[in-house]
Amino acid sequence: MAELPPDIAGLSFEDALAQLDAIVRQLESGGTRLDDAIGAYERGTLLKRHCEAKLKEAQAKVDRIVLGPDGAVSAEPADIS
Amino acid sequence: MTQPATNVPEFSVGELSNALKRTVEDTFQFVRVRGEISGFKRHSSGHLYFALKDAEAVLDAVCWRGQAQRLGMSPEDGMEVVATGRLTTYPGRSKYQMVVERMELAGQGALLKLLEDRKRKLAAEGLFDAARKRPIPFLPAVIGVVTSPTGAVIRDILHRLADRFPRRVLLWPVAVQGEGAAAQVAAAIAGFNALEPGGAVPRPDLLIVARGGGSVEDLWAFNEEVVVRAAAASAIPLISAVGHETDTTLIDYASDLRAPTPTAAAEKAVPVRAELMAAVADCGARLAGALLRGIEDRRARVQHLARALPNPRRTIEECAQRLDDRGERLDNALPALLERQAARLEASAARLKHPREVLSDANHRLAAIATRLDHAVKTALAAETGRIDKARLRLDQASGRLAPAMARDLADRARILDQAGKLLDSVSYRKVLERGYAVVRDAAGAVVSAADAQAGAAWAVEFKDGRVEVAVGAGHPKPGRPRKEDGRQGSLL
Repeated sequence: MAELPPDIAGLSFEDALAQLDAIVRQLESGGTRLDDAIGAYERGTLLKRHCEAKLKEAQAKVDRIVLGPDGAVSAEPADIS
Repeated sequence: MTQPATNVPEFSVGELSNALKRTVEDTFQFVRVRGEISGFKRHSSGHLYFALKDAEAVLDAVCWRGQAQRLGMSPEDGMEVVATGRLTTYPGRSKYQMVVERMELAGQGALLKLLEDRKRKLAAEGLFDAARKRPIPFLPAVIGVVTSPTGAVIRDILHRLADRFPRRVLLWPVAVQGEGAAAQVAAAIAGFNALEPGGAVPRPDLLIVARGGGSVEDLWAFNEEVVVRAAAASAIPLISAVGHETDTTLIDYASDLRAPTPTAAAEKAVPVRAELMAAVADCGARLAGALLRGIEDRRARVQHLARALPNPRRTIEECAQRLDDRGERLDNALPALLERQAARLEASAARLKHPREVLSDANHRLAAIATRLDHAVKTALAAETGRIDKARLRLDQASGRLAPAMARDLADRARILDQAGKLLDSVSYRKVLERGYAVVRDAAGAVVSAADAQAGAAWAVEFKDGRVEVAVGAGHPKPGRPRKEDGRQGSLL
């Protein structure tokens, strides 16, 4: 799968979803020129991929902060059940 | 002088002081004292010096550094406390004091008052201002949790996160009550904020400071100033979730969002993943659908327009036909026009009149006007004659009434004059003369009185039947004694 353009990769999930929603509304209104509509569709597809990727990063990982003798902060896996 | 013998032993000061010290320390090696803190001082060595007092007495107290760090509260002047420790004496100064090992606030009322005072003070500094609050991120990638590593709180948070949206969680284990809890919580908040973005330990996008329910004392660490200040200073948005719904601690005022429970904090921290996935899927479906429909619509329009395009051969045939038609109409047009003009000329000629007719018409109109004029003059004349006759009649009537009116008027005036003359006569002095009186006047004709009488003056006396000239006699006549007539002249009296 192709790399996401940086302006999309940098978006938060919230902003990406808002942009995707705006594109969908614009296409559904039918007011766009065909070239613009195809461009908007391609961008919408990328936004959707970005949103899905953001939703996929959903593994629960719990680390516990450990302070070293010199005050340095590190993390180690925590087992909390 | 001889001293009386006594069997009381003689102590040195040191012996007595040490005996006292032993007695005091043995007797009071574990005491609980309630009193108000006064003269509180924190020495640079870390020892705390203060006094406990009530209405009757004062007790010096000290808390060594090791105990001071584990007090779980920061003493202040005016606090009502219960101190636990032992008594000791200080022989070098003839003093005794209490060595405090533990201390707690005395009573709920004292705690609440302290809380109110502290809240006011921190609010005055602006730590609770709404303008300081930062928005909670919609979908944090890493969540830092400050709470106890054991117990239900961290498990509740992790479970709710797992239900909604599993995230990377960094747990900063702290004691949530008791000695040092406040300092640990404050240090944890500051420690998360100190993490560099992109470092070995990821910097959280959101912090949750949580603790389960408990008594006011159990939750006290979250009222401590150091915790409140750390929460207010946190650059990372912070959700506080301390105790149950009804518990409010000072950190709740300084945090960016207060959650009623740790579970609720997890709910406020992340959205529901399944709902978001559904929303994205819906958007994706609509996106594809909208594009397909757009293309389909356009295809339909193209087909429709294509069907509407006309056949070129038919267009040419139609044009040829129209040309023929126009040619034919052109050929016919001129003769038709001439014919119409001739007809119009003929019609016009028929309407043209002979001069004799015009003249005769005029004559008729003139005669009619003359008749109307004649009639109008006669009518006007008759009306005028009527008006003159009426006026003459009124004149005759008026002149008939004039002469009698005049005669009547003259007679009236004569009568008024006659009456006035009679009235005048009736009031005239001559009437008096007729009754026998006389008027005496001097030479100038003015009426005189006795005072005017001078010998020889010429006076005139008027009687009813005429005037007599008289001369006034010499000397004044004595009243009641009439003078003798001198025979020459009429006497007045």
